[in-house]
Formats: sequence, structure tokens, C-alpha cells
Amino acid sequence: MHAEEKLTHETWPAEPEKSTLEAKNKFLGFWFFLGGETVLFASLFATYLALKDKVPDSTHTLAKDLYDLPLTFVATMLLLTSSLTSVYAIYHMKNFNAKKMNLWLIITVLLGAAFLALEVYEFSHYVHEYNHTFTSSAFGSAFYTLTGFHGAHVAFGLMWFLTLIIRNSKRGLDLYNAPKFYIASLYWHFIDVVWVFIFTVVYLMGMVG
Amino acid sequence: MSTYAQKKGFGATLWDFLTTVDHKKIAILYLIAGGFFFVIGGLEAVFIRIQLAVPNNDFVSAGLFNEIITMHGTTMIFLAAMPLVFAFMNAVMPLQIGARDVAFPFVNALGFWLFFFGGVFLNLSWFFDGAPDAGWTSYASLAMASKGHGVDFYVLGLQISGLGTLIGGINFLVTIINMRAPGMTYMRMPLFTWTTFVTSALILFAFPPLTVGLVLMLFDRMFGSNFFVTTMGGNTVIWEHLFWIFGHPEVYILILPAFGIFSEIMPMFSRKRLFGYSSMVFATVLIGFLGFMVWAHHMFTTGLGPVANAIFAVATMAIAVPTGIKIFNWLLTMWGGSVKFTTPMHYAIAFIPSFVAGGVTGVMLAVAAADYQYHDTYFVVAHFHYVIVGGVVFALLAGTHLYWPKMFGTMLNETLGKITFWLFFIGFHMTFFIQHFLGLWGMPRRVFTYLPGQGFETSNLISSLGAVFMSLAVLVLLYNIIMTSVKNVRVGNDPWGDGRTLEWSLPSPPPFYNFKQLPLVRGLDAYWLEKMEGKKGMTPAEPLGDIHMPNSSFLPFMMSFGLFVAAFGALFNMDDKAWSIPVLILGLLITFGSMFIRSVKDDHGFHIHKEELMDDEDKGVKA
Amino acid sequence: MKRLAKWRLISIFAILSLILSGCGEPFLSTLRPAGEVADIQYDLMKLSTWIMVGVIAVVMVIFFIVLFKFRRKDEKIPKQVEGSHKLEIIWTVVPILLLLILAVPTVAATFKLADVSPMDKEDSDALVINVRSNLYWWEFEYPDQGIVTGQDLVVPTDEKVYFNLISSDVKHSFWVPAAGGKLDTNTENVNKFWLEFDSAKAKEAGDLFYGKCAELCGPSHALMDFKVKTVSRADFDSWVADMKDVKEPAKADTALAQQGQEIFNKSCISCHAVTPGNTTPPEARFAPNLTNFGERSRIAGVLDHNEDELKNWLRTPEKYKPGNLMTDKYPQLSEEQLDALTAYLMGLKVEE
Repeated sequence: MHAEEKLTHETWPAEPEKSTLEAKNKFLGFWFFLGGETVLFASLFATYLALKDKVPDSTHTLAKDLYDLPLTFVATMLLLTSSLTSVYAIYHMKNFNAKKMNLWLIITVLLGAAFLALEVYEFSHYVHEYNHTFTSSAFGSAFYTLTGFHGAHVAFGLMWFLTLIIRNSKRGLDLYNAPKFYIASLYWHFIDVVWVFIFTVVYLMGMVG
Repeated sequence: MSTYAQKKGFGATLWDFLTTVDHKKIAILYLIAGGFFFVIGGLEAVFIRIQLAVPNNDFVSAGLFNEIITMHGTTMIFLAAMPLVFAFMNAVMPLQIGARDVAFPFVNALGFWLFFFGGVFLNLSWFFDGAPDAGWTSYASLAMASKGHGVDFYVLGLQISGLGTLIGGINFLVTIINMRAPGMTYMRMPLFTWTTFVTSALILFAFPPLTVGLVLMLFDRMFGSNFFVTTMGGNTVIWEHLFWIFGHPEVYILILPAFGIFSEIMPMFSRKRLFGYSSMVFATVLIGFLGFMVWAHHMFTTGLGPVANAIFAVATMAIAVPTGIKIFNWLLTMWGGSVKFTTPMHYAIAFIPSFVAGGVTGVMLAVAAADYQYHDTYFVVAHFHYVIVGGVVFALLAGTHLYWPKMFGTMLNETLGKITFWLFFIGFHMTFFIQHFLGLWGMPRRVFTYLPGQGFETSNLISSLGAVFMSLAVLVLLYNIIMTSVKNVRVGNDPWGDGRTLEWSLPSPPPFYNFKQLPLVRGLDAYWLEKMEGKKGMTPAEPLGDIHMPNSSFLPFMMSFGLFVAAFGALFNMDDKAWSIPVLILGLLITFGSMFIRSVKDDHGFHIHKEELMDDEDKGVKA
Repeated sequence: MKRLAKWRLISIFAILSLILSGCGEPFLSTLRPAGEVADIQYDLMKLSTWIMVGVIAVVMVIFFIVLFKFRRKDEKIPKQVEGSHKLEIIWTVVPILLLLILAVPTVAATFKLADVSPMDKEDSDALVINVRSNLYWWEFEYPDQGIVTGQDLVVPTDEKVYFNLISSDVKHSFWVPAAGGKLDTNTENVNKFWLEFDSAKAKEAGDLFYGKCAELCGPSHALMDFKVKTVSRADFDSWVADMKDVKEPAKADTALAQQGQEIFNKSCISCHAVTPGNTTPPEARFAPNLTNFGERSRIAGVLDHNEDELKNWLRTPEKYKPGNLMTDKYPQLSEEQLDALTAYLMGLKVEE
């Protein structure tokens, strides 16, 4: 089965993301990549925990007075929902429905963009209200690095989805591009899971003290 | 498409290598680049030994000495040993599992070029104001205090080349899982393939902490963050942890493939299957696993407290068990065998006592309370050179002689090979054995000189003389390579006559698609089994058909080159140079532009048709 | 064959030198333990070495049998052996047992060497010394005695001495090989441990042990030496009393030295103190305290303690300790000024 063959609804396989050797390789390789990413974020989490509330003097705001829970809760909901919408997109991909897949992907991108906007607002809030900046303390450096790395991943994910949508808008699905959509959505879920940990470890545990 | 047999001009050959995605050619690139950096790192080692030959020497200044030791360590680990290991993995592993290429040929090429440009970037520091001087471990307080751009070159260079290594690791993992030939079950895989597999897993999990550590240091030095700034709440011990969570698995990343190479050589030249194959596989996996549990033994004197020190001491000792299993299995492989003393076998045999010596000092170092004495002395220097030179470098030299015919189609001269071996073997022990005692007598490591009257003079001189022998050995090897290439006597499939694994069933070098028909693997040492039944080659597992191959591409080179350019921009932006930001942007545009092209341009590869394969047969190329 | 002859010659030299230097110098070598900590560590070294020598012996016996007995003599194919469970179990279990024998004393010693509980006890009479490492020099503060000194650490013999270790700038490591293993001086936290100096062994070493920095800290890492003077408890107490007597900077007694003192007060005193009281906060002590400079064993930790070397050092410190922080901190000194300053500094003594 060659990847570039034109397929119909009938010949479309059940698992298009794993139907050629190239696709299988991509699928497995990407899982390994996510394994590496997990260690990367684990290292950033460890650094954050080691430097949490490590500030030069008492004029600096500490975690428990800093975080705004309602705001991050909304952000969390946005990102969780976007994960769900990307599941719908992949559902339609598996059903060989490029149109609906694109629709749900666009919704995913919009939700992700909204999340990013909230994060930017949150950061500027901390900087202006609390003078909590990247260079103000080790705590600040660790906080912005961890959340910033995640934010950069979100931004990259958005660009990835957009590129895929635009590139494939005319030609529909085939076995060459279907795995690409699939792994992009895997990546998106991973970002979502990382955020769940950030929400728990940084924000919830930060509120507790 | 069967152009590989034709004579090509220099330009065409160069372009071929710049764009190749063929694992065999990438292996040659790794071998050349790694060999080049090995010579540079070796020269740095010679400078170190000249400086330390006599007390109060002024061959190099104190500051320059620190740059030399930093670059010696960094170059040897990241730019010589790892790429050379990757050279053999690329050259041999796909052949051993009966694959036509790796899972991601494009990524394979990208991995090489990232390593290459990262390495070149790091070494260019010599020509801008000075190389990094905080040691290869680059401990944060010293690295933060280091003036000039040396440490920035270190951080950016390693970041780029580390990325290349990481994607290389993922590539090998997927290749081994997905692309084994019919019948090649996991427990029939040659040991070198197994060690490649475990090593790749170690790379995957060990490099991200290094990436994070480098990012933190980059941010601190370039953007004023405070991870390692104590007065702002920072903590330099974080760097030590991140570095060694990477750094300890790193030594297993180096030594496991070396184990793999020796596990190929010993059965071959003993004509006897590997003793205790399953326990060898088990020991490899166990060493890889335990490798992540012991990093803090590099930090016994950091002050982590007795609980942490005791736990890490015991965990470290545990690694001796699987390593011991391996040593005895190797000995018993040769026991009762028919041992032929070829050049690779010389290294394999010398490896056993050398590595055991390094291993037992490793156990001594694991004794935390006693390590307070050994730590950061020449005892440690002796220990890790015994394992890395006596293990890894011996394996790389052995592999060079063993696989040269498979990679280049001609044999290195055996007499010269044995001369190389003896010079290197004698020089190695002369240089490093005495260093154990220097450490115990109170000589710290990384000292640019020592004062007379402390009992260090004679031993340092002996050590320096040993370096002369090792240098001569490398010169003989280079001479051997040149003479062999000039003579270029072609050899057949199995030039050693004792090949056991699939790569020896193929022509030397193999055609670019490796296997015309995928072979049917019927057991461990697949080719040996067929030979023993009197067959000439492997039984095919599929009818002759079209073969799908990937297209060559210049994009991996461009992506890596873009990062190389961008790194210069980032680095000189610290000096507020006007041109730095445009250079940074230009570099990133090249990289992301190439990535964009790669994303949007479909690349389906091409097919070699059955008819062409049959033509090849007519021309006398056997698959 | 010439190569072989050379090799033989060198190996004879190697063996000779081994026999001659044996276990290294008594003031420096870890193999000449001069105190409880070094003794414990030396015992562990010996234990691990004996176990390891045993392992090496077994490996080498098999190795040489293989080397000589199983050379290829004909083209016969040897029997293909898969393995042997019995053997494999033996060489798994025996090493585990050996490691257990090693692990138990390791853990015990690790805890023993980290036991600094007397430091925290109220009104304990344990001697505590604060070590502060700086770019290429060491400061030793005796908090209970209220005195600060540098470069030469003075300790009483035959009792446990407790240390608080920290660094002012980059990470260093505090190591007196003959007395015991090292501990790092970190930039962010205080590390604590103890050492003990045996009076009989100290005598063998001339009552002066070598101390070293064991962590790469910059160009002059190799030259960041210090010395440990061992004295009896009584002598230690009188040294402390002598030091404490210096309440004001000592008046120079000759005209030349007085001239030197004026130069010192103009150019040096902003960094170098000449009274042992620790009124300046630790962060503000930029250079070694010179109260008892005339009684030190080395200049700048590495040069012989005489007037010529002192002048050399004052002329071009950069030449003797590259990257040190003293260079260019004071105006160029003329030869007359050097004479005067040297006379003054060499006269800084506290012991009667």
C-alpha cells in the first residue's frame, strides 16, 4: 500500500495512522519523542520545586499571594476542552471526513489561542502588579521558564495545526498526511497533560503554601 | 538508480555526502568527523601531559590550561567517542537486523549535521576570545564567573549537537523495533544491536536533563535569570544534579556499544557463540536501568548528607554485578573456542584486564566514605580513563579494524594494526596506571601545575611518556588508513572468514539498498547458521520485488547550518553587537524555512524496480 | 627492539619510584593516615582493594588459561555452547556477597563521618572552625574564640575539630589528604564535618600538613594550597590567647617597618585586616587576615616564607597566582617601599 494512493471511504483503513511502514515508524518515533519531552518537563518541574519561593528578600511576592486561581482555572478549562475537540478531529480523520476534521481542528486552534492570550495576560499581570519578573528572583526565573516552555509548546502546536490545515485544505486526506494529523493531535494531548501537572504542582500546591 | 558503482568527480561525491540519507554514508561521515575531533582532543591531551611532565612548568598558562582540559573532556565525550559510536551503529546495526535503512533516514542525516555543526561551533571558540574553561562538567558557580564567551560556546554548541544525538537515539529505537527482518526476534538480535537499542533508550531519557541544564545556564548568562545566582535565591547544586542525571547515563551510553562491539568480536574470532546470550542481554538492560539510579555518586562531597550518600553508594555497587556477569561470559565465550589473534581480537583481549581494572576502581569509588579521599583527585582521572580508554576507545579502535572492510570494501593492514595496538596498549597503561597513585598521594585533578617536593615528579613524567606511545599509535593508524586506501584491494562478503551476523552475508560495501531480498533469519548468528549448513548466503524471505527508498536531501544540512549561524548571533548579542540580531534572525530563518519546506513539500521517496535489481545481478553485484 | 629496551628501562624506573615513594609524603598522602577520619577511610580503601584484588586474580587466571590454551591451531569448529546456569548463578551470587561485605562498613562509615551532633549541642566545648574559601585563599574563623586568620589553619591534636564550610565566590573543596577526605565549600549552603589529627603522626609530618583546594575554581586552582599547623591543646590555648591579645594593629618597632606600616595603612588595609577580631562581616573580608603573617609557613599559600619571595609576590602577584584578586588593587611599589612593607609584614607576629 503506497502512501500517496488516492483512497475512498470504503478503502480507508481503520487505523490510517499506522497503515504504512513510514506511518508506523512515525507513530512510534513520536511516542519516544514524547518520552524525552516528559523527562524534559520533569527536569523543569524539579527545578521549579527547588526554587519555589526562593527570593532575595521579603519585598518579593511569594507563590501563595501571587496566583490567581479563577484565571488559571479558566485557562485550564480552555486547554482541556481543546484536547477534547482535537479528539473529535481525529475521530473524523479516521472516518475519512476531511471537512469535519478541519472544522474541529480550527476550533482546537482557537481554544489554544485563547489559552495563550490568557497566559500572556496573566504574565503581564504578575509583572505589573507584583513586580514578579523573569529576572527579579530565582523563583521568578523558574516560574517563567516552566510555564514559558509550556506556552512555547502550545504556540508551536498551534503553528503545526495551522500549517497542516492550510497545506492539506485542497487535497483532502490520504495515507501520507493522515499520520501527520494524528501525531499533531498526540502532541496536543501531551501539552494538555503537562498543563494539568502545572496546574496542580504550580498553582494548586502554590495556593496551599 | 544504480549509480553507486560509477566513478564520480569530487564535486559530485561531495554533494552526494552533503545530501545523503543513506545510513552507510552517514556512518562514514560520523567516522570522519568523529575521527577528526578525536585527533583534536588527542592533541589537547598531549598538551596537558607536556605541561604536567615536570613541576612548575610554563608550557601553557594557567588560564589556557583550563581551556585545554575543558575542551579535551568535552571534545572526547561529545564530539569523538559518541560520534564514533554512532558511526558503527549506523554502519552495522541496520545490516545486522536485516533492514534496508533506518526508520527515519532524513532524521538520521539531520542528527549528523546537528552534531557536526555543534562541534564545529564549540571548537571555533578557540578563535574568538577563548574556549570554555570551567571543566567539561561546567559547574555553575565557576561557569557563571567565567569571563569571555567560552562557556557560551559550550552551552550553545552542546545544545545543538545534543539535539542531534537525541533524534539519532529515537531513530535507532524505532528502527530496531519496527524494521527487523522476518525471523529476527528480539532474542535473536546480535549483541551490538541490543546495546544500540539500550544505548538509544538511555540517550532518549538522559539528554533532556542536559538540555534543561544548558537552557538554565544560557538564560542566566544571556538573559539575566537567577537559577544559579545565590544572592537572588538561586542554587548551583541544581546544575550538578541535572548535569549528572545526564552525565552518568552518558558513560553507559559510551560503554554499552563498546560492550556490543566486543560481544561481536569475541564470538567471531573464537568461532563460538556468545556464552550466556540471554544473561548478556539481561545484564545490558539492567546496566542501562541502574545507570539512572546512581548519578549522585559524582556528588558525594557536595554535602547531600549521609542518607543520600549511603543510598547512592549501595546502588552504585549494584552495577558491578551485571558488569561482572558480562566479563565472565566473555571469558567463557573464548574458553573452549578456537581463538585467532587478529587486530580486533587483540583489542578485545586487552580490553578484559584493562576494563576490569577500571571497573574495580569504580567499586572502590562507590565506597562513599572512602570516596571523600578519591574525589576530584588523579585517582578519579585514572579510573575513568581506564573505563573510557580501556573500554570505549579500545572498542572504537577494534571496531575500526573490524568494520573497515564492511564500510570501505578493503582491509586495513594487519601488521600495522597490531603495531598500533601494542603502542597504544603500552602507552595507555603507562599513562594512567601511575595516576591512581598520584591521586592517593594527594594530587588533585585539573591542576595546571604542581610544586616540587610533594612526591609527584617521577610519576607525572612516566605518565607523560606514556602519552608519547599513544600518539605514535594514532600516527601508525593514520598511516595504515592512508596506505590501505591508496592500495584499495577489494574484498568479498566475509573478509574475516568468521562472520556470524547478517552484515557479513552482504557485499563489502553493501549496495545502497542493502538487501535485494530481505533475509530469513532462523536463529542467533543467522549467517553462521547458514554457513554451517554449507549454504553460500542467506535464504530470502520474500520474492524479488520493487524496493522503496528515500530521496536524498540538502535540507538536513541547511537546518543545522541555520542553527549554527543563529548561535553566533545569539552569542554576540551579549556584547550588543549591531549585527548580532540580524544574524540570529537570518540563522533561524534558514532553519525554520528549511523545516517549513520539509513540512509542506511531499517526499514520497522512489522505487527501485525489479528489472533494475536484476540488471545489477548481471553486472555481478550480489545482494 | 629499541622500543622494547626503552620500555624495560622505563618500567624499572617505575618500579623503583614506586618502592622509593611507597605511600607518598607523610604530610600529604591519603596512604599515610594521620587521624581518625583518614584511618577509617584508609581501612575502607584496604578492604575494597583486597576484595578487588581477589576478583582480579580470578579473572586473570581464567584469562591466561584462555590466552594460552585455546589458540586456533586447526580449522575445526568448536562446540557451540549456549551457556551454563550453574556458572551464571555463581558469578551473580558471589559478587553480590562480596559487595554486601563492602556495603555494610561503607554505610556505617558514611554516617559516622557525617556525625556533627556536638556542634549543635548547647554549651558544648567542641572546637568549631568556620572555613570560608575565596578565589585562591582560605579564611579560618574560630567563632567561639573570636579570632580570624587565613592560609595557615592552627588546630589542636588528638581531639575532634568541627568545620563549617562555605564559599564566598565560586565552589571550592576543602581537603587535608593526610587527615581525611574532602568536603565542598558551596556557595549556597554551609557544609559540616569533622577531622581529627593524631599527635604522633603529626610529629612524623613535621606538625605541618598540606591542604588543597580540590574543586576546579579558576586559573589558580592548582595554587590554592593552605597549611595545617598541629599543636598540643595547651599550645593551642596559648596561641588563641596571644591572638586575642592583639586588640589594635601592632605598632611596628623599627623605622623601616614603621614606614612600611604607613604604606600598608594607605594601600592595603582596606582589604587586609591586621587584627584578629571578627567585627567585619564575612562578606566584607576581601583578603586574608594578616595578624600573624610573620609566623605563616608560606606566602600566598605557595611561595617560600622569606623576604625575597614576599617582594616577588608584591611586585607581580599575577605571575605567581594567575587570576588572583590582589593584582592592580594597589599602586605600583618602588623598591624602597617594598623593603619597608616587607619589614613591616614579616614583623607581624603574635607568639611571644
